[in-house]
Amino acid sequence: MKGFFKSSIGKKVIMSVSGLFLILFLLFHLCMNLVVVFSPCAYNEVCAFLGSNWYAVAGTMVLAAGFLLHIIYAFVLTVQNRKARGKDRYDSQNLPKDVEFASKNMLVLGIIIACGLLTHFGQFWAKMMFAELAGCEGLQFGPTQGAQWINYYFHDCGGLSIALTIVYLVWFAALWLHLNHGFWSAFHTVGLSNSLWIPRLKCIAKWFSTIICAGFAFIVIWAAAGAIDTKTPCCPKGKPEVHNQCQSGHHGDKPCDKPCQGEKPCQNQGK
Amino acid sequence: MAQLDSKIPEGDLKDKWTNYKEHQHLVNPANKRKIDIIVVGTGLAGASAAASLAEMGFKVKAFCYQDSPRRAHSIAAQGGINAAKNYPNDGDSVYRLFYDTIKGGDYRAREANVYRLAEVSNLIIDQCVAQGVPFAREYGGLLANRSFGGALVSRTFYARGQTGQQLLLGAYSALSRQIGLGNVEMHSRTEMMDLVIIDGRCRGIVTRNLITGEVSSHFAHCVILATGGYGNVYFLSTNAMGSNGSAAMKAYRKGAYFANPCMVQIHPTCIPQHGDYQSKLTLMSESLRNDGRIWVPKKKEDAEALRKGLKKASDIPDEDRYFYLEERYPAFGNLVPRDVASRNAKERCDAGFGVNSTGNAVFLDFKYAIERLGKNVVEQRYGNLFQMYQKITDTDPYKEPMMIYPAIHYTMGGIWVDYELSTTIPGLFAAGEANFSDHGANRLGASALMQGLADGYFVLPYTVQEYLADQFNVKRINPKENAEFQKAEKEVKDYIDKLMKINGKHSVDHFHKELGKVMWNDVGMARSKESLEDAIKKIQTLRAEFWKDVKIPGSKDGLNVELEKANRVADFLELGELIARDALHRNESCGGHFRVESQEEGEAKRDDDNFMYVGAWEYKGENQAPELHKEPLNYQFIKVQKRNYKTGK
Amino acid sequence: MAEGHKSLNLTLKVWRQAGRNAQGQFKEYTVKDISTEASFLEMMDILNEQLIETADPDGPVAFDHDCREGICGMCSLFINGRAHGPDDDITTCQLHMRKFNDGDKITIEPWRSGGFPIIKDLMVDRSAYDKIMQAGGFVSVSTGGVPDANAIPIPKPDADEAMDAAACIGCGACAATCKNGSAMLFVSAKVSQLALLPQGKAEAAKRAKAMVAKMDELGFGNCTNTGACELECPKSVSISHIARLNREFLKANVKD
Repeated sequence: MKGFFKSSIGKKVIMSVSGLFLILFLLFHLCMNLVVVFSPCAYNEVCAFLGSNWYAVAGTMVLAAGFLLHIIYAFVLTVQNRKARGKDRYDSQNLPKDVEFASKNMLVLGIIIACGLLTHFGQFWAKMMFAELAGCEGLQFGPTQGAQWINYYFHDCGGLSIALTIVYLVWFAALWLHLNHGFWSAFHTVGLSNSLWIPRLKCIAKWFSTIICAGFAFIVIWAAAGAIDTKTPCCPKGKPEVHNQCQSGHHGDKPCDKPCQGEKPCQNQGK
Repeated sequence: MAQLDSKIPEGDLKDKWTNYKEHQHLVNPANKRKIDIIVVGTGLAGASAAASLAEMGFKVKAFCYQDSPRRAHSIAAQGGINAAKNYPNDGDSVYRLFYDTIKGGDYRAREANVYRLAEVSNLIIDQCVAQGVPFAREYGGLLANRSFGGALVSRTFYARGQTGQQLLLGAYSALSRQIGLGNVEMHSRTEMMDLVIIDGRCRGIVTRNLITGEVSSHFAHCVILATGGYGNVYFLSTNAMGSNGSAAMKAYRKGAYFANPCMVQIHPTCIPQHGDYQSKLTLMSESLRNDGRIWVPKKKEDAEALRKGLKKASDIPDEDRYFYLEERYPAFGNLVPRDVASRNAKERCDAGFGVNSTGNAVFLDFKYAIERLGKNVVEQRYGNLFQMYQKITDTDPYKEPMMIYPAIHYTMGGIWVDYELSTTIPGLFAAGEANFSDHGANRLGASALMQGLADGYFVLPYTVQEYLADQFNVKRINPKENAEFQKAEKEVKDYIDKLMKINGKHSVDHFHKELGKVMWNDVGMARSKESLEDAIKKIQTLRAEFWKDVKIPGSKDGLNVELEKANRVADFLELGELIARDALHRNESCGGHFRVESQEEGEAKRDDDNFMYVGAWEYKGENQAPELHKEPLNYQFIKVQKRNYKTGK
Repeated sequence: MAEGHKSLNLTLKVWRQAGRNAQGQFKEYTVKDISTEASFLEMMDILNEQLIETADPDGPVAFDHDCREGICGMCSLFINGRAHGPDDDITTCQLHMRKFNDGDKITIEPWRSGGFPIIKDLMVDRSAYDKIMQAGGFVSVSTGGVPDANAIPIPKPDADEAMDAAACIGCGACAATCKNGSAMLFVSAKVSQLALLPQGKAEAAKRAKAMVAKMDELGFGNCTNTGACELECPKSVSISHIARLNREFLKANVKD
């Protein structure tokens, strides 16, 4: 392996492997976020679970390293590539239409994604995981109140919410393009591809990036539409959702499992 | 007149090469390092020779005018390479390959050389496969073969329609390996300008760097010329633009004999010329004649209408079409040998039946094949070629017939060499198309690749060693400190100055085109005493004009493409005359050489009594008539017969 | 065919550069009555005749060309923004003027890539490709002493795929088109061809490492899988060979 990481292919393998790792993370992140659609309380539980635990922190460090590697090597490779291109540029270059837009603009797309990421960090990570680690207090919501934070940014802030929704959608579009090329390209770079699999991988890449980006976009739109219910209180931990007793109405002595009229039940926090 | 010694070893035909190898002298490995060899040209013969000699331990310097050795024109060969492997079990043998080659060459090739060629042909295939040449294979994983003109067996190995390319890349990879190991010093974009002869032996070359214009010299214990053929004398040919006869002409002027220069092959299936600005002709594989039918209109008015674009080929009904090859040669039909097909096309066009705008084309029609076999089968067999034709002509050959016309393709003639491939200058060898040796008066398809590689891989490594066996103690000469080298260098510089100083009115191409016209019209497919005598005069006049009126812009220092061309055309102007002289003296028709005076019922008539020899020309000085030397051909192992394509027996 | 044959008057915007380190610039020339039947390089020949005739101070335009039938790989022009011009699967010498219209302005540039320095005008130095080949683009067999050609059967699909890769003509269009100036398609064609064949397997690892190392040393860029090379390759060499090169290179590095 001597000199492997210094070779052009070695560097590309770093891009590929870190990229694949980030792809896996995106998949995980989406699954996690989707919980909020079904149950805001369950989502907050997930946030609590992924809070300041040592495994979550360790995971975040690895993740950060993956990002950094991916970004640093993107710049290293770009600088090298520009140098290899030489000083003189073509007066005109009309690449065939079949050259993917994304493939030519991965760095630009990557920078857009990184900017979106910083916004996202400021909005969520800083106020949740970081706030919890740093022990910050006095924020609108607690570090585990993920659903509330989402609602706050995408629904409760009026004009800012609309702007943020748009920014996020642009961000996902960039991510879609980046993933579209990055997904099959990652496999190609580690040699897991051939003439049969190139079209297949490209197809899978389209599906995958569409699912990921459409999923995220759905959540943002869902939140913007005010569909995340953060008003209903969550049930206390460990207690069943069943009401032992009606506060009003007539059920006799038996406990009822349906709310009485005009009463809101607490949300299930997951099993 | 000195008797030419072809140095054919004693013994039975089958034993000659074995005997030679068993008794030849060798050079001790330690001494090989002390010996330098120059190889000029990096086509099949040059690259394979340079690589093989370097592998043996000699220090090799290789030269080519292209930017990389991989670009030599061997790369353009399409069809395949012959070998007597007999893999298809159809009765092939070394003897049969030898026999077919001699017969195809119209009995003007040397028996012993051709037998050796057939003998080593099998080794070539082994060698190329070991190098990773991706020959076509059957589903079982073994090598595929196909048939080719002039043979009754399937002995042609091929790599799609790019056999030449693949074989050249094989040789180039072997050469690259030796360059990487430091055993070969590669000089690309360098043109050989002259040979250096010291004490009667060839000891090096003078070169011009085509980028810097620098003239320099290189010493070697022996020099191998593998510089290809001289088809570009005719201006339009299927050769590459840079293919030239200059190295051969420089050798000729230094005393190497030039053999059979009039033996030039004209290929019948090329895309016709379309205008005066045309730079080269493109060959369409001979295999097309297997299924295409060749015809011209029966009526002159139809031909005229076609030329004016008033009619299309499909407008002419079958009864008004003249399938002249099928009618004239019922036994072979469209598959008559190249020379016969070419001459008949010319005859029809000259008679006013040519079909394209210039009147110099005949139809090659696939309508009948498509009717008989279906479009799919035709597409499978010839799809690539049809596509290529369509790219060039913008005509769909599935709908309209192809138009073809003969073009200069290969030169059987070349520097005279003996059995050892040594020229008449000791220490100067010639290989591949540059020498005259193996194809007689006509080359069979798929034999050029075979000969180039045979010379480079399996003949020169032995014969060069024989020559060098007593040369190891000749000390390396530093050209800068040697009077002979300095003299040769100065002569080259003076020559360049002379060219640059002319500063006349016409471009180099102007003269080249004029020469081409004379050559094609008077020294082309049908040659007569009058046309040849006329051609000699015209060429002499043209040459004089060239030296008075050529215009070479720019300077001699640095890249100057016009200067490169001028140097080559100056040699062509001399070579053209030599071809005409040879054609004039050879008052017989054989193979590619057709004298109208020598025919029988409209067919070529060989004159074995008077011309069964190799005609080798010796240079006698500027504007002096060269002297002819004859090497008689004694056929001891083969019965000389007449070629007959009418009755099939 | 003769019908449909037209004449074109064209403006050519040609890159002129006296030498490797000289300052280059575009110059415009007009050519008249160019037949649509002519090839692009024949049009260039006509331009050069004109420049010689008029004793143009820059002289005729230098450009590389040789076989003029699309196989030697010597021709190399960037025409109207595309390597080998506005047609697919051909080299410049196979491009015909019928692809252009009367009155067109045609921009003609040399390959521009760090790996291919300009020698003069439109002529570039592609010796880097030779150096990569010298580093390992071969099977280390010497002449003689090899087994019979049919001793090793090779599955037809492998032989065919090896041939697809071997069709590379080394023209440099891949690196010239690549926005990264990467020579991966060229290198992969040779590595892949020889890795597919049993003859080449013995030193496949060594070859992949040596050729990639040389490619890097010569300053070619890194492949980012844009696929532009494959689309501009006159011989349609597939980027699947790049995947095989990546695989071979990884395998080679994992082994030691």
